[in-house]
Amino acid sequence: MSRPTPLRDVHESLGATLTDFAGWLMPLRYGSESAEHRAVREAAGLFDLSHMGEIFLTGPQAGEALDYALVGHLSALAPGRARYTMIVNERGGVLDDLIVYRLGDEEFMVVANASNYQKVAAELRERAKPYDAVVEDRSDRYALIAVQGPRAQEILATLTDADLDGLKYYAGLPGQVDGRQALIARTGYTGEDGFELFVANQDAVPLWHAIAAAGEPHGLRPAGLSSRDTLRLEAGMPLYGNELSAELTPFDAGLGRVVKFDKPGDFVGRSALEAVKDDPPRRRLVGLVARNRRVPRHGYPVTKDGVVVGEVTSGAPSQTLGKPIAMAYVDTGAESGLAVDIRGSHEPMDLVELPFYRRNK
Amino acid sequence: MSNIPDDLSYTKEHEWVAGLDDSTTVTIGITAFAAESLGDVVFVQLPEVGSTVEPGDSVGEVESTKSVNEIYSPVGGEVTEVNQSVVDDPGLVNSDPYGEGWMFKVRVEGDPEDLLSPEEYTALTSGDS
Repeated sequence: MSRPTPLRDVHESLGATLTDFAGWLMPLRYGSESAEHRAVREAAGLFDLSHMGEIFLTGPQAGEALDYALVGHLSALAPGRARYTMIVNERGGVLDDLIVYRLGDEEFMVVANASNYQKVAAELRERAKPYDAVVEDRSDRYALIAVQGPRAQEILATLTDADLDGLKYYAGLPGQVDGRQALIARTGYTGEDGFELFVANQDAVPLWHAIAAAGEPHGLRPAGLSSRDTLRLEAGMPLYGNELSAELTPFDAGLGRVVKFDKPGDFVGRSALEAVKDDPPRRRLVGLVARNRRVPRHGYPVTKDGVVVGEVTSGAPSQTLGKPIAMAYVDTGAESGLAVDIRGSHEPMDLVELPFYRRNK
Repeated sequence: MSNIPDDLSYTKEHEWVAGLDDSTTVTIGITAFAAESLGDVVFVQLPEVGSTVEPGDSVGEVESTKSVNEIYSPVGGEVTEVNQSVVDDPGLVNSDPYGEGWMFKVRVEGDPEDLLSPEEYTALTSGDS
């Protein structure tokens, strides 16, 4: 049985197509996923992301514990700020990609993917043992609602006195939204400006309704996982299980910049990652744009002159480009003459650098 | 629930067949249930006019944002016409699956596959078949 989020009844009343995702019953789409995608690019979308995991580390050495447990330098993070980082195993393989918020001097929140958060919580508990820090998985207590799109700020501003103007990208602050306590974070997974609101479970339904009502005149629509995936793909953002896995290091994924070797002390995976950081990459993560209309999908081979030179990790029709797009690992040096084997037909592809879409700031 | 017209025949693969009783040439498409399950259709590949198909043959593809599904011919015979409009505008499959979103026509030779009545197809799609 899939677990419902606190917003399940809302999704059903909106006529959502529900689907199992990482053990959760989640809205795939409410009507047309293309319309939801466009709404996020042009106005705003409202997402239920309550399946994400929230793991808290508190205590005098919470920052040091995270420095040891993760590849980032989290003790250097200023309170109120957030970082994209990863947890790796001893071999340097990625166990999950994470966003870590520093909520106070001695309090951090680690947001993990739905499919991985129990594994991440268990690893953090183990790795934090030598430190004066308490690890607590509070995923069951929090709902997460995201408002994403160019009009997200003006919509949210009608419901809060919090200083949204002063809230930088990758920052979060506690505040009241429609009279309910929330952590308001300027983060997201769509390539747009937007906010993620961490709230207690019982506040999720009234808050959803308040945002939906406030956003209606601005063109806000509820948006499901299907549009979330095409938005993040256009934005070139990795998805665990597609672009990231325990078989790949952050360097393999082109995300070596998140590994902070210059932080003090050891960290899990340091020696394995130091050994490979200067290796020339055999493959790199690139963008492919299809010349025709067939869609390259996860797992399809990338070919050049009939020889396999890579593999598609994510693919979908792009609303913004009007063509199918894909992220793929492709052998270094294979830049042109590429195709994707789409069920036996070698469809020509143009290689582009990621992302496919970058918003105007 | 989905619209299931009572004057069509259906397959377990969520296709509909029109004209089976009163014509040797039938029209084939996918059902509203299938279109809703797929989501926004972005690509349709149809068989070639003049090709010969057998019942159960995979003759084309329907791609949506999230998935790809094969189109099977429920009948055997010669493909006499395909709907170029649905190739040019795959969204017709979502907006009008039993009308503008039709897929192809076959001049039937021999017996068709076992087809479902509207009642049987309704039972299939409501999960109590």
